[in-house]
Amino acid sequence: MFDNFVVPDLLPAAPELFLAAMALAILMIDLLVKDSRRTVTFVLTQLTLVGCALIQFSTSTGEITYTFSNMFVDDLMSDLLKLFLYMTVFVVMSYSRGYIIDRPVMNKGEYYVLALFATLGMMVMISANHFLTVYLGLELLSLSLYAMVAMNRESAVSTEAAMKYFVLGALASGLLLYGMSMIYGATGTLEITAVGERLLGGGVNGTVLVFGLVFLVAGLAFKLGVVPFHMWIPDVYHGAPTSVTLLIGSAPKLAAFAIVMRLLVNGLITQAQDWQGMLIILSVLSMAIGNLAAIAQTNLKRMLAYSAISHMGFMLLGITTGVVSGDARYALNAYSSSMFYVIAYVLMSTASFGVILLMSRAGFEAENLDDFKGLNKRSPWFAGIMLMVMFSMAGVPFFIGFFAKFSVLQAVVAAGYYWLAIVAVLFSLIGAFYYLRVVKLMYFDAPVDETPISAGMDMRFLISVNGLAVAALGIFPQIIMSLCAYALLRSL
Amino acid sequence: MSTYPLLSFAIWIPIVAGFSVLATGSDRNAPLARILALFGAIASFLVTIPLWSGFDIANGGMQFVELKSWIPRFNINYHLGVDGISMLFVVLNAFITVIVVAAGWEVVKSKVAQYNAAFLIMSGLMNGIFSSLDGVLFYVFFEASLIPLYLIIGVWGGPNRVYAAFKFFLYTLFGSLLLLLSLMYLFINSGGSFSILEWHKMPIALGPQIWLFLAFLVAFAVKVPMWPVHTWLPDAHVEAPTGGSIVLAAIALKLGAYGFVRFSLPILPDASHELSGLVLAMSLIAVVYIGFVALVQEDMKKLVAYSSIAHMGFVTLGFFMFSPLAVEGALVQMVSHGFVAGAMFFCIGVMYDRVHSRQIADYGGVVNTMPKFAALFMLFSMANAGLPATSGFVGEFMVILAATKFNFWVAFAAATSLIIGAAYTLWMYKRVIFGDVANHHVEELTDINKREFAILGVLAVCTLAMGLYPQPFTEVMHASVTDLLRHIAISKIQ
Repeated sequence: MFDNFVVPDLLPAAPELFLAAMALAILMIDLLVKDSRRTVTFVLTQLTLVGCALIQFSTSTGEITYTFSNMFVDDLMSDLLKLFLYMTVFVVMSYSRGYIIDRPVMNKGEYYVLALFATLGMMVMISANHFLTVYLGLELLSLSLYAMVAMNRESAVSTEAAMKYFVLGALASGLLLYGMSMIYGATGTLEITAVGERLLGGGVNGTVLVFGLVFLVAGLAFKLGVVPFHMWIPDVYHGAPTSVTLLIGSAPKLAAFAIVMRLLVNGLITQAQDWQGMLIILSVLSMAIGNLAAIAQTNLKRMLAYSAISHMGFMLLGITTGVVSGDARYALNAYSSSMFYVIAYVLMSTASFGVILLMSRAGFEAENLDDFKGLNKRSPWFAGIMLMVMFSMAGVPFFIGFFAKFSVLQAVVAAGYYWLAIVAVLFSLIGAFYYLRVVKLMYFDAPVDETPISAGMDMRFLISVNGLAVAALGIFPQIIMSLCAYALLRSL
Repeated sequence: MSTYPLLSFAIWIPIVAGFSVLATGSDRNAPLARILALFGAIASFLVTIPLWSGFDIANGGMQFVELKSWIPRFNINYHLGVDGISMLFVVLNAFITVIVVAAGWEVVKSKVAQYNAAFLIMSGLMNGIFSSLDGVLFYVFFEASLIPLYLIIGVWGGPNRVYAAFKFFLYTLFGSLLLLLSLMYLFINSGGSFSILEWHKMPIALGPQIWLFLAFLVAFAVKVPMWPVHTWLPDAHVEAPTGGSIVLAAIALKLGAYGFVRFSLPILPDASHELSGLVLAMSLIAVVYIGFVALVQEDMKKLVAYSSIAHMGFVTLGFFMFSPLAVEGALVQMVSHGFVAGAMFFCIGVMYDRVHSRQIADYGGVVNTMPKFAALFMLFSMANAGLPATSGFVGEFMVILAATKFNFWVAFAAATSLIIGAAYTLWMYKRVIFGDVANHHVEELTDINKREFAILGVLAVCTLAMGLYPQPFTEVMHASVTDLLRHIAISKIQ
């Protein structure tokens, strides 16, 4: 009866297995921990992430390895993205700690466990080589996040945000699944690399395929949060507790980038002409609506939500320029520039939400733009950090955001889409306005609130490192740029 | 030739000094911040002196070259070097930074450390612009220098500072973004090089040349600023603190003009010839029309700001006549304008610190209470009007002389500026300085103190020295200008 059962090679999935085991263990251990000793859970969570990183390092072979009947893939791209993922979640958890301690309703073990499960979901997404694996990872991520958004039970806004997130997220998953089933209908396989091979072989029903592709792209657009599938982003970013917003606004972008790469590039590269056209529309709309709507916001979280939309639009530009009239010469350049953009964005996004968390305290959310008035008087150091992050997001050198924009734009210019490059820089110009406004509030205006910043030393230290990294990686962007290029070279 | 990386010193010493000034923290340590800033500015100036003294005037190429790989992924290099054109601006910039730190000495009382740090960092970044030989390196410095100036205007500026700071930033960012795309186009079409010197040699067809030229024109015209994209400058000047106005006039305006010399002319010679009429027309409008606009200003800073635009019109006029005399005249005009406009803004700052008004109508008879100041202000006004024996005359005269050879009507229009310039400057001078004591503010004025006298004295010496004996300035640029004109003369269309 068990003759046919082959134990799959577990090594490529070792970090996932470790994380899953640890998440379950922490769930149990936390039952024995009193509310006042929650540090134990926190430390275990962080150790788990460090452990994952170590395992990732030691098991990485640099080769493309498939396992679980080709449902799961481990390559350099996934290794690199996962390492950044652990780092991001580690930082996010550290930033959140002070915030949730001040809000006892959230300071539960579940907070950490859900974050770990969300991380697991993202890892599965990054390594997916099968439509079902993609879906599995996505749902694990989404369900954990829905619960986390709703965790602050006393807040009506959070509950509303969670409902919206859930309903729209479920719709998006439905679209994605529908698209996948169409593609399955056309190609007869759910395995992403096999889909690619079938399409290359020809004889596939084009109508069904393109139909499926449209739904697939719509589903992905939902998850990335690009226009016109962006409706949930501002409400969820705004309504969720800031520490959860930080999580939603950072790490999942890495995973979303990965599934875009897996589904569209690994699986459907033969249809590049079709989906690139769709992505260009999504991207231009996102840059337009994201940047324009951000100007009107008075709530910083909402402003950053619209900024996230525009950034994801900009990132997509890189992916749209991989194949130029059937010629894939520029593919590596284009995709690695997008990957660099995502990583840079995650770094900036954690820093910006981190500063909001830093300024919040028990019973006070520093989420309105006016709360940042005169920050330079209250704390010149953190005003300086926020200044760097804002200029970086606006794409001004010497910060990493400039080189992120730079690498994507050069890919667009290399592909010959001059008009697209001009559109992109014009919307960046509009975007610069609202980032400048944050700087204006911090530096040109007098403070309304003179309360000193109460965050702990560890938080202050980490956020300083995060902010300085935005500057340091702007002066030396080569390291991450070439890592991205190398990882993709070995994975595509 | 020195073996030290002098250009790196010129860039990074002020930046490091700026950050150490920043580290002195709150205004309790203001005296320390001031001393440290002055020390940093002087040190940065001293390292630029060997650039001039060790400069080989027979060599038209790049000197003091430093080349290190920066971002190999895109073949971007940390490539520095100066020729006879850019060297002068590095020295001028370092010099003006000392003046600016001294100018804000007792006047700036809030956030002293941040104020001085912003100027020092900006000085380093601008040295970077003048000495970059890599397109991306140039761009990075070019755009990063917006940040300190944005903060200077916004934090220490006048009542309408927020509007002025935003307008300044967004206007110039718009120009730079088009520049960025042009750099990428050149990168891709040169087979993957960001080296400006490579671009000087690469062939480009006329069509792309025209587009690139227009993109460059927008980027640099905004910076210069040329009519009709000049409107940010009067706002920025009026709202900026005195130090900000000095840097803006003396150095920041030169960046755009420098961009024409380094990028537009040698990289796109055919388009430059093709579209020179457009640029000449824009320049002449700046010279004549903006001169008339300056005439009717009631705010002294606005008046000098408009006169700056008119003077910069001479610079672009000179560049696009493609003769050695005109280009050298334009460059001399740039350096001279650095001294004169810097001094004019400082003079206005001196009066503003005492009376807190920039309106011409609020003054009158200042000579009665501030005789020493009136004498020096007279010198700079004369220089601004282009009086012979001052530096203001040399550049304008050379450009007008070249213009007479080029086209009579161009020369005629340019020469009217000597009349208009004299009219607006001297009329302002007359209303502010001469006449009866206008009101009790003027009556209570105290004459300039030793610090102010020293600053104005040094600038006066520079203005006169350059006016009487301009050769040290022209001889260093001669070989490089010849080289530049050779590039412009060769068509790149294949």
